[in-house]
Amino acid sequence: MSEPIALKLTAKDFKSDQEVRWCPGCGDYAILAAVQGFMPELNIPRERIVFISGIGCSSRFPYYMNTYGMHSIHGRAPAIATGLSATRPDLSVWVVTGDGDALSIGGNHLIHALRRNVNLKILLFNNRIYGLTKGQYSPTSEVGKITKSTPVGSADAPFNPLSLALGAEATFVARTIDSDRKHLQSVLRAAAEHEGSAFVEIYQNCNIFNDGAFEPLKEHGIRDDYLIRLEHGQPITFGKDGQFCVVHPPGGFGLEVRETAATRPEEIVVHDATVTDPAYAFALSRLPGLDLRNTPIGVFRAVERPSYENVVRAQLDAARAEVTETPEQQLAGLLSSGDTWTIL
Amino acid sequence: MSKQIRQLDRVVIRFAGDSGDGMQLTGDRFTSETAQLGNDISTLPNFPAEIRAPAGTLPGVSSFQVHFADYDILTPGDAPNVLVAMNPAALKANLADLPRGADIIVNTDEFTKRNLSKVGYQASPLEDDTLAGYAVHPVALTSMTVGALADQDVSKKDAERAKNMFALGLLSWMYSRPYESTLRFLERKFARRPELVAANVAAFRAGWNFGETTEDFAVRYEVKPAKMPPGTYRNITGNAALSLGLVAAGVRSGLPVFLGAYPITPASDILHELSKHKKFGVLTMQAEDEIAAVGAALGASYGGALGITTTSGPGVALKSETISLAVALELPLLIVDVQRAGPSTGMPTKTEQADLNMALNGRHGEAPVAVIAPKSPADCFYAALEAARIALTYRTPVILLSDNYVANGSEPWLLPDVDSLPDLRVEFATTPNGEDGTTFLPYLRDPETLARPWAIPGTPGLEHRIGGLEKADKTGDISYDPANHDFMVRTRAARIETIPVPDVEVEDPDGDARVLVLGWGSTYGPIGAACRGLRQRGLSVAQAHLRHLAPMPANLGTVLRSYDRVVIPEMNLGQLAHVIRAKYLVDAIGYNQVRGLPFTAAELETMLEEVLKNV
Repeated sequence: MSEPIALKLTAKDFKSDQEVRWCPGCGDYAILAAVQGFMPELNIPRERIVFISGIGCSSRFPYYMNTYGMHSIHGRAPAIATGLSATRPDLSVWVVTGDGDALSIGGNHLIHALRRNVNLKILLFNNRIYGLTKGQYSPTSEVGKITKSTPVGSADAPFNPLSLALGAEATFVARTIDSDRKHLQSVLRAAAEHEGSAFVEIYQNCNIFNDGAFEPLKEHGIRDDYLIRLEHGQPITFGKDGQFCVVHPPGGFGLEVRETAATRPEEIVVHDATVTDPAYAFALSRLPGLDLRNTPIGVFRAVERPSYENVVRAQLDAARAEVTETPEQQLAGLLSSGDTWTIL
Repeated sequence: MSKQIRQLDRVVIRFAGDSGDGMQLTGDRFTSETAQLGNDISTLPNFPAEIRAPAGTLPGVSSFQVHFADYDILTPGDAPNVLVAMNPAALKANLADLPRGADIIVNTDEFTKRNLSKVGYQASPLEDDTLAGYAVHPVALTSMTVGALADQDVSKKDAERAKNMFALGLLSWMYSRPYESTLRFLERKFARRPELVAANVAAFRAGWNFGETTEDFAVRYEVKPAKMPPGTYRNITGNAALSLGLVAAGVRSGLPVFLGAYPITPASDILHELSKHKKFGVLTMQAEDEIAAVGAALGASYGGALGITTTSGPGVALKSETISLAVALELPLLIVDVQRAGPSTGMPTKTEQADLNMALNGRHGEAPVAVIAPKSPADCFYAALEAARIALTYRTPVILLSDNYVANGSEPWLLPDVDSLPDLRVEFATTPNGEDGTTFLPYLRDPETLARPWAIPGTPGLEHRIGGLEKADKTGDISYDPANHDFMVRTRAARIETIPVPDVEVEDPDGDARVLVLGWGSTYGPIGAACRGLRQRGLSVAQAHLRHLAPMPANLGTVLRSYDRVVIPEMNLGQLAHVIRAKYLVDAIGYNQVRGLPFTAAELETMLEEVLKNV
């Protein structure tokens, strides 16, 4: 097979003529720039890329991408994208959604797209608040959150989006942060290379209704002690001086953070995103506390399973392999199948 | 002993038994034999929603009615001439529908004290005067079947289960049906268990021979073939015909067919049928819910497929928001609603026409769609093609309103020549349509159809974004401009209102009728039969039937105003009548019934006779 022709696209080619209308300072700007900057790397012509979104601030995203795009209805983007991708496996289909869109009103479609392993790249912008409706708590808001709809604090326990995706049999699960462009693009790269559903949670700051929600993960001097940067094949250590590490205590169900100095090197978990048992990635997803300490970012899980498209296309191809007639001849045969009789 | 043969012009038989007795299959086989003979046929299955209601109880009764004749008929028949009752519950549940003098064949083995008490019979109706006035034929169906299979290699349970084939054999003998197709069917059905083929064939033959030898059945009947147009026929249910229509729409449009569906009675059979046709490139997806089903269909349409979703009323309610999105996106989308009795779960296996209001208006905002309804089982094929034609040509959602009566009923279908079916080919946009030669305007319309270009992903140079937000005319950019919104709302309404649909035809053979009966959907048969009955008695009445509910035929107003009285029978509380009164200012009278069953021709005839008297 010959090398694909380099399309030589640039970030500018992916900017549409529409004026971007997010609030000044919104984390969405950084994500948009990172995505537009990454797209040329795909080396896929613009017409074969489709962005489908639901409703919410993040869901305005397709309007700003100079590709094909659909701004659909609340929560339904994964379902619409599934129908598109199943019938058009030649396309690169991206879903842009938010914590309310994907985890509240659209929770059902998200988990079913993941279990089917539809070849969608799902970018979930998580800002832990409803922005477009002006500041109600979301399914990722912390218990006790004071918002317009919870004046004395939210009583709802939040979802952990990665735990949810893993429970839904997701084959690719990752997390990144709006402000870390290099990391964000590395995760997009891994997601794009994955065959099947790729679920990417992007921590995104809403500077109007939930400003600073992820501040410890961004602030110089602090963030290195909070963030666990996952790298496949590497022992999981973190902290400014690598002073923390992740271990799997014998007899326990999950993972724990320890001080590196007090841990034998062979006890430190070596990250392996290809572990088939989702329990490992799930344990990683449970590490962070309410204060955001011990937050892993990067690719938690990337395992191989045939995509939905591949399975259904194989069924269609197998059925059509034996066909020798024209569609009209086939149809005539179908209509006259079963018990027939003729009147002269 | 040769028996007397009597000629009949028509017969209505109802097979009734417990849900587990195989009555649907028995009726289906009898129908197929009858079709082979060339009679005209119409059938009506009637079964409970419960998969296995407690055995022997009234809620567990399942029945199948078949009407066959030597002339063209329009309904499954008002009242059976023959009832086959496999147990006391089947007798009790159906007796009220039987006119005096009807034949009743009962399986006496099931008339035990316990079974009788289950349905509240103090004494056996076979032994008191409950059945006085009927021609009762007591037959020990179960024990005779078991006896006939004594030397077969089957368990007693399997032998008992073959009693429906004994009954079928007996009825096939009584009505001189050709049975070869049934023998072939049994071989196919039990291909993996030859001992069951042998047992069921033996049971069938035992039933046939019993008829031949017993003195209880002194007469054998014949119904000559009907004079029907020449051609090849098959017997078909509405759901099957509708499925084939959708496959045909894919072939005639050259587009891949995508069906997103969630299981729901009585529409699931369409999903089952379409899932078998992968060699036509038909892709079916059983979605996680009704909303995903229509969403996936819309996504497929966006990508250039014929996107379809099939459901019943509760499902349409859930899909409503997505249908409105399709109205805004102006993409083809086919929504099939096989109506059932509502509201809510209602009576899922019973028929009704009460989703018309929802189909016409059940969305948020001004969200017009095209609505069409088939009039008979075979017509579902053509209605599906017509719905696809409108959806593809005018880039709009179309709601196809079938119902349980046409979906599960069957009739002979004269197979069409494939080349005579409508050409549904469409052209995707391939080049920019702006005046400058480089700009693409996704909402620049075809002046004739008002349809916008269908520019599918993968087309270079036409990259564009669409969405649920209001769009500026031509460019499709987001717009909050008041005048633009007003224009777009009116344009979307005009798009539907100006779809050319065929004029409504009036059947008035006498030419002097003063009363018009207007119907839509599955009431065509009973209304037609009632009108025929009146005309045979010298009364004049005109019949018109609507296939297109939105938009309505251009001549409808003129037609309605040409009669002194317009009567609209509907299986709802007057939904079409309401629209007609509002739209045409015609003082139409409704005749309404919501019993979960189709109208009988007799009740419509009686009602219309009253109307005629008072004109």
